[in-house]
Amino acid sequence: MSQLLEIKNLTVTVPGSGGTVHAVRDVSLTLRPGEVLALVGESGCGKSMLCKSIMGLLPKSARIQQGSITVDGRDITLCSQREMRRLRGTLMSIIFQDPMTVLDPTMTIGAQIEEAVAHVDKSLSKKQRHARVLELMEMVGIENPEERSRLYPYNFSGGMRQRSVMAIALAGNPRILLADEPTTALDVTIQAQIIDLLRDIQQRLGTATILVSHDLGVVARAADRVAIMYAGKIVEIGTAEEVYYDPRHPYTWGLMQSLPALSKGKESLHTIPGMPPTLVAPPKGDAFACRNEYALAIDYEQEPPMFQITDTHYAATWLLDPRAPKIPCPMGGGLHG
Amino acid sequence: MADTLLEVRNLCHQFKLGRKAVIRAVDHVSFDLKRGEIFGLVGESGSGKSTLARCIMNICKPQSGQILYDGIDTTDRQAFRKNKTRLQQERQLIFQDSASALNQRMKLCDIVSEPMSIHHIKPKRGSLREEAAFQLHYVGMDRSYLDKYPSEISGGQRQRVAIARAVSMEPKLLVADEPIASLDVSIQAQIINLFKHLRAEHNFSILFIAHDLAMVEYLCDRVGVMYRGSLVEMAPAKELFANPLHPYTKALLSAIPLPDPILERKRRRIDFDALEFSREGTFTEVLPGHFLLQKEAAE
Repeated sequence: MSQLLEIKNLTVTVPGSGGTVHAVRDVSLTLRPGEVLALVGESGCGKSMLCKSIMGLLPKSARIQQGSITVDGRDITLCSQREMRRLRGTLMSIIFQDPMTVLDPTMTIGAQIEEAVAHVDKSLSKKQRHARVLELMEMVGIENPEERSRLYPYNFSGGMRQRSVMAIALAGNPRILLADEPTTALDVTIQAQIIDLLRDIQQRLGTATILVSHDLGVVARAADRVAIMYAGKIVEIGTAEEVYYDPRHPYTWGLMQSLPALSKGKESLHTIPGMPPTLVAPPKGDAFACRNEYALAIDYEQEPPMFQITDTHYAATWLLDPRAPKIPCPMGGGLHG
Repeated sequence: MADTLLEVRNLCHQFKLGRKAVIRAVDHVSFDLKRGEIFGLVGESGSGKSTLARCIMNICKPQSGQILYDGIDTTDRQAFRKNKTRLQQERQLIFQDSASALNQRMKLCDIVSEPMSIHHIKPKRGSLREEAAFQLHYVGMDRSYLDKYPSEISGGQRQRVAIARAVSMEPKLLVADEPIASLDVSIQAQIINLFKHLRAEHNFSILFIAHDLAMVEYLCDRVGVMYRGSLVEMAPAKELFANPLHPYTKALLSAIPLPDPILERKRRRIDFDALEFSREGTFTEVLPGHFLLQKEAAE
């Protein structure tokens, strides 16, 4: 049992007024204990929905059409709400994007962390709980915890609030930590601090982490493995080195090329033409085909399977079929070209 | 015609908090913007970037200092009133949050053509609707969007509508307050290309406020770094990124994440201690074109 989390062929749909949205389409992935997996993709590609499915926090109308989410040998798609509530916090926790909407403005930071501590272990005395709160605050790098625990969220800066949210998430020593765009609302300098803290905690506690982000720089700093999502599907997955230095999917190429770091001295930045498809009626064949300059005829007919490149590196594009024309990566060997 | 379009001299703006506490949001800031130049303004949140932009656009009234737009002192009430129409037409602002900047109850064609009807400008292309269609096409959106409402389109498209509206007046000065902060990577690239195109084709001067330093390095000609209301360093973009002098700039640059895992994991962050910072000192030119806030006694 080497996998901590195993998602198999997960498909999630959400009925809406405009039709059923296919938010997550046939996603499979695994997470080993103690590793950081990054999910990268544009907004609306299903990253957050995937996180919510793992947490069991899907909106009521959402349906898991097929597939399973196995955490520690247990399929959580079959769990009741009551069972899920027990698992949340101890088995897995989540950090959301905006720390201000997560924290209660009328409670002190200490009381909010204590609430999470009490939820996880009901046998602790008041004194023990308080000691644990201070320990947690220290762990996430809040100095003078004794004093700060009596302050309110509005006394805290954005970075400190995000640290407090992390303390709450870590209260039950979760084995999986989901971080849904934890740094999007923060400044560059604070972002770097939070990412380093995330990495540090992951190494100290051995928490497996799923980091959702759209910033390829942030992902490079923190992730062991990277999964690129597009239109509800994972189109490429591999170790960070493989995805950054040897990307195979045209969408990954497009994402990397649109970074200013790769266009230094060029007249204009590379853009991916068109818009992502709406997930109400996903197109037939490869969803990326109409934006893909290397699209083959088969891309419009049939969805590409996951082609294996190495033991850990997979990509879903027909370009990897042995019969397809060989197209070299347009960046010429990734970022070092 | 003078080479300088906008000149900010010793600008100060304070917010009063209660009776005694005062926040010096903009503190003795001076810089200039040349015609056809893209000037980047970076700094952490709360460093006074947006307040500076608001002062330049006459939304906030500064306590002291001068803002000269093409020789007109916009902080002087009489001079402002005399040139009101011209100032309002030639300077345009793009707000950070396009969702709240666009009126939810107006259709896109009305939003885009509103500045023209306010200023009673005769549309060059026949009707206001045609004009709106042209402007939307310019930012990469087709006619089918004309009758949509802001709530029906995505964040990237809303931002483009906000840009189309600002551009429709063919301004000389465009102040863009974090126009790309909330957008996806591929959409950001489209907007950045649009700015480059506007500058090349129409010789716009752009004051580009951002915290994405990689984009600033790519887009801007010159960059100013703000910290706690003061401009601490100002230099041509290449020079600033190659040779940062102020400790805060160094910390800021070291925090930019690089999309390169092996390099990025090895990199050490430089921390900047807020206590080290003092506003004392003068803004002097240390290298040609490279200004730095430093203490005079150093020599």
